[in-house]
Amino acid sequence: MLRFEARPQASPFWGVASPILALLLTVLIGVSLFIALGKDPVRGLAVFFWEPIKNGYAWSELMVKATPLLVIALGLSVCFRSNVWNIGAEGQFVAGAMAAGGVALMAEPGGSRFVVVFILLAGVLGGAAWASITAWLRDRFHASEILVSLMLVYVATQLLNYLVYGPWKDPMGFNFPQTKTFESITQIPRLFDGSRVNVGLLLALAGVGGLWVYLFRTLGGFAQQVGGLAPAAARYAGFSSRKALWVALLTSGGAAGLAGALEVAGPIGQLTPFVPAGYGFAAIIVAFVGRLHPVGMVFSAILMSMFYIGGELAQSRLGLPKSITGVFQGLLLFTLLACDTLIAYRLKWVK
Amino acid sequence: MEAYALLIAATLSAGTVLAIASLGLLINEKVGIVNLGAEGMMLCAALAGFATVVHTGNAWAGFAAGMAAGAVLAGLFGVLVIWLNTNQYATGLALSLFGTGFSAFAGTGYVQSRLPEQTVQWAWPVLGDVPLVGAALFRHHPMVYAVMALAAGLVWFLYRSRTGLVWRSVGESPESAHALGYPVRRIRLMAVMLGGSLCGLAGAYISTVYTPLWVEGMVAGKGWIALALTTFATWRPARVLLGAYLFGGVTMLQFHLQGAGANIASQFLTMMPYVATVVVLALISRNPTWIRVNMPGSIGKPFYPGS
Repeated sequence: MLRFEARPQASPFWGVASPILALLLTVLIGVSLFIALGKDPVRGLAVFFWEPIKNGYAWSELMVKATPLLVIALGLSVCFRSNVWNIGAEGQFVAGAMAAGGVALMAEPGGSRFVVVFILLAGVLGGAAWASITAWLRDRFHASEILVSLMLVYVATQLLNYLVYGPWKDPMGFNFPQTKTFESITQIPRLFDGSRVNVGLLLALAGVGGLWVYLFRTLGGFAQQVGGLAPAAARYAGFSSRKALWVALLTSGGAAGLAGALEVAGPIGQLTPFVPAGYGFAAIIVAFVGRLHPVGMVFSAILMSMFYIGGELAQSRLGLPKSITGVFQGLLLFTLLACDTLIAYRLKWVK
Repeated sequence: MEAYALLIAATLSAGTVLAIASLGLLINEKVGIVNLGAEGMMLCAALAGFATVVHTGNAWAGFAAGMAAGAVLAGLFGVLVIWLNTNQYATGLALSLFGTGFSAFAGTGYVQSRLPEQTVQWAWPVLGDVPLVGAALFRHHPMVYAVMALAAGLVWFLYRSRTGLVWRSVGESPESAHALGYPVRRIRLMAVMLGGSLCGLAGAYISTVYTPLWVEGMVAGKGWIALALTTFATWRPARVLLGAYLFGGVTMLQFHLQGAGANIASQFLTMMPYVATVVVLALISRNPTWIRVNMPGSIGKPFYPGS
C-alpha cells in the first residue's frame, strides 16, 4: 500500500517541481475534458499554449493581461507570507479603479500628461483605503479578514455600479452604464507603437525587484514573514503582529488598486460595470503557483494570462464557453495544493 | 398588513437557504474543518439540481442531485485537507474558484432553460387558510420546515447523542480523540461530506425553488454569508437558524424598501446583506474571549496522527 512518510526536511526539488507537475495534471485533465466534449484536444491545447505566444503581437497581448495579475499577486504574496488571508483583492482592484477613474474624469483635454501620475497614485490610495477597512475591522474587532475582505468585493462592485449607472454616467452615452471615455492625456504611456503594452509592465517588473529586496534583504520584510511562519517567535523578537497586519493589507490593497488604475486608464479607458474581470481572484492562484516568490510569480502570471487568452480563443475558435478559463484556473490551484504534499512527504510503498 | 405577511414569508424563504448551508458548515467546523469552498459547492449543486429538474421534472431528484454534487466536491476537498494535509483556507478557496468556473462552464447550455411548471401549492391544512398568519407562516415549501427540524435534530445529535460527543471531541482535540481510538480522519471526512451535501441542498434549493432559473454565479455570495453565520452563531445550531432568518430579513428588506418607493439607489439596497455581514461579524468578534470559548479548539488546524 502506498503511504505518505514525513521527510526530515522540506524537499527543495519538489518546491520547484510541484507547480510543474500540477500544470501537467491540469493539462491532462484539460485534454480529457476536450475529448469528452468532442473537441480536438490538439487544437484545444494549441489555443491555450501556442496561440498566446506564437508571435510578437500575441506576446504583447499576453503581457497586457499578465501585468495586472502580477501587480496584484506581488501585493498578495506579502499578505500570504504574513499569514493574512486577504481574498478580497478584487474589491481593492475595483476601489482603485474607481479612485483612478475619478481623477481621470476630472482631466481637461490638452492638460498636462503629468496627470497619469495622479491617476496611478489615486488608484494606490483607493485600493489601500479599501483594504484598510478590512485591516481596521480585524485589528480593532478581530473580525475574520477572509470574510470581511470578500464581502467588501460585493460592496465595491455595487459602488462601481452605482457610479456608472448614476452620477458618473456619460450623458452622451445613449444611456449605457458607463462613464465617458477618458481624455487621451490620461492614457498610460505605451511602450511600443502598435501594441497595448504600457508602462504598467515596467512598474510590475520594478515591483518584482522591489519585493525581492524587501522580502529577502530588509529587516521589515523578515519581520513580516516571521510573523506568518511562527507568531510566537515574532512576539518574542518584538515584531508587532498589528503592524504586520496593516503592512500586509495596505501593501496588497495598494497593489490591487494600482492594477485597477492601470486597467481603467490603460486598456479599458473608461469605467464600466465590466471593470471587475476576476483578476483579483486569479491573482490568488498566481501568488500560490508562483510560490509567493517574486520571480516565480512572473512565470505564473504569464501562465494565468495564457489561460485568459486561451479561454477567449476557445470561445471564438472552438465554440467553448469563455468560462473554461475559470475551470482551468481552479484546477491548477487544486492540483498544486495536492502536489505540494510531496514537498513535506514522500510516497512510500509499505507491504 | 398584507405586505408584512409577505415580507415575513419571503424572510423565512431567504433564511432557509442560508440556514441549510450554514448548518452544513457548522457540522464541518464542529469537527475542526473550515470549508471556504461553500460558494463553489453551492454553485455546482445549484446547476446539478437545476439540470436534473429540467431533464426529469422531479423536484426531489433535483435536491438529491444537488446533495450528491455537494458531497462529491466536499469529499474531494476532504481528501486533500484531511489526508494530504493541505492548507484548509487555500484548498477551500480553490474549491470556490473551481466551482464558480466549472458551474459557469458546464451551465452555459442551461441559461435559457425553464423548469417544468410546478403546480403543487404547499400549505398546511387549516392553518394555511388563516388570513395573514397563513400566508406568512404556513404556506411554504416543505424545506422551510425541514430546516427547522434539521436544526433541532443537530442540537440533539451534537449535544445529546454519544456520536455527537465523539464528533465534538474530534473538533476540540483531535489528538485526544485519536488517543482514545476514534478514527479522527474518517469522522472528519464524514462530517465534511455531510456538510457539503447540505451546502449542495441549499444550492439546489436556490436554483429550483428560491429563484427557479440558472444564471452564472447566481449564489451571489450566500455561501460566504453562510460561513460568516457560523461565527455569528458562536457555533450553536439554534442561533444559526436565528441568524439565517435575520440575514434573510435584511436581504428581503431591500425588495420591500424598493416596493415602498424608498428613494435610495438600488445598488445601495443590493449592498445591504454584505454590509450587514461585515458589521455583524465585527460586532460579534469584538470579544475574543467569547469567540475562543465557543470556537471548536482545532478549527482550521491540520491533524497528523502519530506525530
